[in-house]
Amino acid sequence: MLDYNSHNPMPLFWLRVALTLYGIGLLCAVVSLWRNHERLITTMLAAAGAGMVFHFVSLTETAMRGDLAPLSSLHQVESLLAFLLMVFFLTIYGRYQTASPGIALFPLAFLLTLSAQSAFMETNTVTAEVSPSWIYMHVGLILVGYSALIVSFFASILYLIQERNLKAKGVGGFKSRLPALATIDEIGYRCLLFGFPFMTFGLIAGSVVAEARYGAGYFRDPKILFSIVMWVLYTMLLYARWSAGWRGRRAAYMAAFAFCAAIVAWAANGLSSTHRFLAP
Amino acid sequence: MNFKLIGVNHQSAPLEVRERLSVSEERLPDAVRTLVEQPGVEEGMVLSTCNRVELLTSVQEGADLHGFFGSYFGISGEALNSHLYEFEQREAVRHVFRVASSLDSMVVGEAQILGQVKEAYAVARGLGAIHSRLEALLSRAFAVAKRVRSETAVGSSSVSISAVAVQLAEKIFGSLQGKTVYLVGAGKMAELAARHLVSHGAKTILVCNRTHQRALELAEAFHGQAIPFERLHETVERADIVLTSTAAAEPLFRREHGEAILSKRKNRPMFFIDIAVPRNVHPEVNRLDGMFVYDIDDLQSVAANNSAERKKEAQRAEQIVETEVERFTSRMQSLHLVPTILSLQEYCETIRQAEIDHIRGRLGHITPEQEAAIEAMTRGIVNKLLHTPITTLKSTAAEPEAATIHEVVRRIFNLKGGNPGSGKTEE
Repeated sequence: MLDYNSHNPMPLFWLRVALTLYGIGLLCAVVSLWRNHERLITTMLAAAGAGMVFHFVSLTETAMRGDLAPLSSLHQVESLLAFLLMVFFLTIYGRYQTASPGIALFPLAFLLTLSAQSAFMETNTVTAEVSPSWIYMHVGLILVGYSALIVSFFASILYLIQERNLKAKGVGGFKSRLPALATIDEIGYRCLLFGFPFMTFGLIAGSVVAEARYGAGYFRDPKILFSIVMWVLYTMLLYARWSAGWRGRRAAYMAAFAFCAAIVAWAANGLSSTHRFLAP
Repeated sequence: MNFKLIGVNHQSAPLEVRERLSVSEERLPDAVRTLVEQPGVEEGMVLSTCNRVELLTSVQEGADLHGFFGSYFGISGEALNSHLYEFEQREAVRHVFRVASSLDSMVVGEAQILGQVKEAYAVARGLGAIHSRLEALLSRAFAVAKRVRSETAVGSSSVSISAVAVQLAEKIFGSLQGKTVYLVGAGKMAELAARHLVSHGAKTILVCNRTHQRALELAEAFHGQAIPFERLHETVERADIVLTSTAAAEPLFRREHGEAILSKRKNRPMFFIDIAVPRNVHPEVNRLDGMFVYDIDDLQSVAANNSAERKKEAQRAEQIVETEVERFTSRMQSLHLVPTILSLQEYCETIRQAEIDHIRGRLGHITPEQEAAIEAMTRGIVNKLLHTPITTLKSTAAEPEAATIHEVVRRIFNLKGGNPGSGKTEE
């Protein structure tokens, strides 16, 4: 680690700047639970925007380094995921004028970035059995899919909060500043729709990689199984929303299941013999 | 700064008085013209709404606005004086800021008043009745109103039942654009609420009433569709918002109806506004996912809550107004110092130039570097010498002895032009 830092500390430095900015955004998001102030939102957006710029610099500088395979360590993946979540946050604000998802996305992005910068230089070289571009594609696509799923999951939680709030006839406070129910619903659904092709092609790219290396045997691996379960849940969720108009509680539960499956699939690296960041 | 404001509002005068004073849109230009023709009135604006009639002016000493009020409106002084309020200077500034920010309104926070002030301003300005001082005051008032609106929630909540219904519907559907409203029962109150919903974008209106004739009438008024009462349950799923107000003794909609509707609507949310007593919608329906039922008590409690919220926000708004008044008055006070400061600088500059010319004659040829050095040195001396008098003038502008200090400075330096204390400065 020391070696890496002394070589080129810049990507890490930029990442820490981004972390600080996300921290500011996180603070604003928390304060906005109690206070309604235009400046909080402005600061939140500025922190997200500026943080993303530094984060992007950090990501590209890391990728440009010849000796370091990009996306080859868990921490680099965390870093990219945090960045993508912020992209979603700003896109949603741009489209729907609501910063409410920030209350969930800032803490998550902050924690991911925090973890990413703590062990930044851990890296693994990719074995040359398969073309690395397939692996990048696999990881990149899957991460976009994950981000969409995460945002959709949080949107369904916001939906539940807003639905309860409206049913309880409560007024005032943070809840009264949540966007309209229909807007939250649309955010959740659109994210799900958007993420689906990424998730699907990401898994296909992963299969190509695994097929090339392990043949059909990879299919019995717990990690792969969880990923497939996650994908099936994702597809079912999308279908239930599309065909039966599932929203609110049922959609939130289902999104929670898919989200948990995604977490398990992620965490299953330890169980997996074939899917490792060590040797993807 | 010589602002003077005189007028009546809903608190100071009963409607009988206000209606005799109100100035119609057609008569407004004439009123403004007559106002600024009064002796001593330099600038003027007339604001007339259903809740207030006010004359805002910038005047010289001795202008009689009371007299104008009485004579222009043909009301005797005694009848009027007890209702009139009058504000000068700082108080007038505060009042204008409060009016524009809707803090002086009958319904605090209502948005109309700012538009009305802007219209009155546009009329007066078009007639050339507004110059630098009222211009400065009013443009600041608009900025303050904007600040109040963006920094407090004073105007954001609804306090009438119809407005609350719209607010809630927007919380559910985002926008009412293209939504279908179903009126079940065709009473006056339902009609009023429906008008409100339509004015916010609701599109299709369906009307169902026990007396079909009344349903037909109401449907026609809204360019909607009347539906026979027997077909209520088979048609209700078409609606996003159902407004019930029938005199039925038993609820028209129960849980099982709600479930059936939801499955037909593919779980799309639905909003029941039940203003009937006894209730037309069973409270159980509210427990279904995607069904929101508000009865008359719920609506009233939201409205009451909103007005309490408004009161709290209004206090914050008052603080904003207070700081803005402070800022504006001190700026205006230092404004009439500008000619003095300018002539002071001019006076010193003349001396400096004369001395430079003098020394240049004596030194003969000097290099550009030397010239620049002389220039810089003399300028530095003048600026340093002037610094204290100018800052003292500015910092004491708001204090009682300001006029004395001002006068002393003018006498010491024998300054001419401008008239201290009159505030006749153009910005």
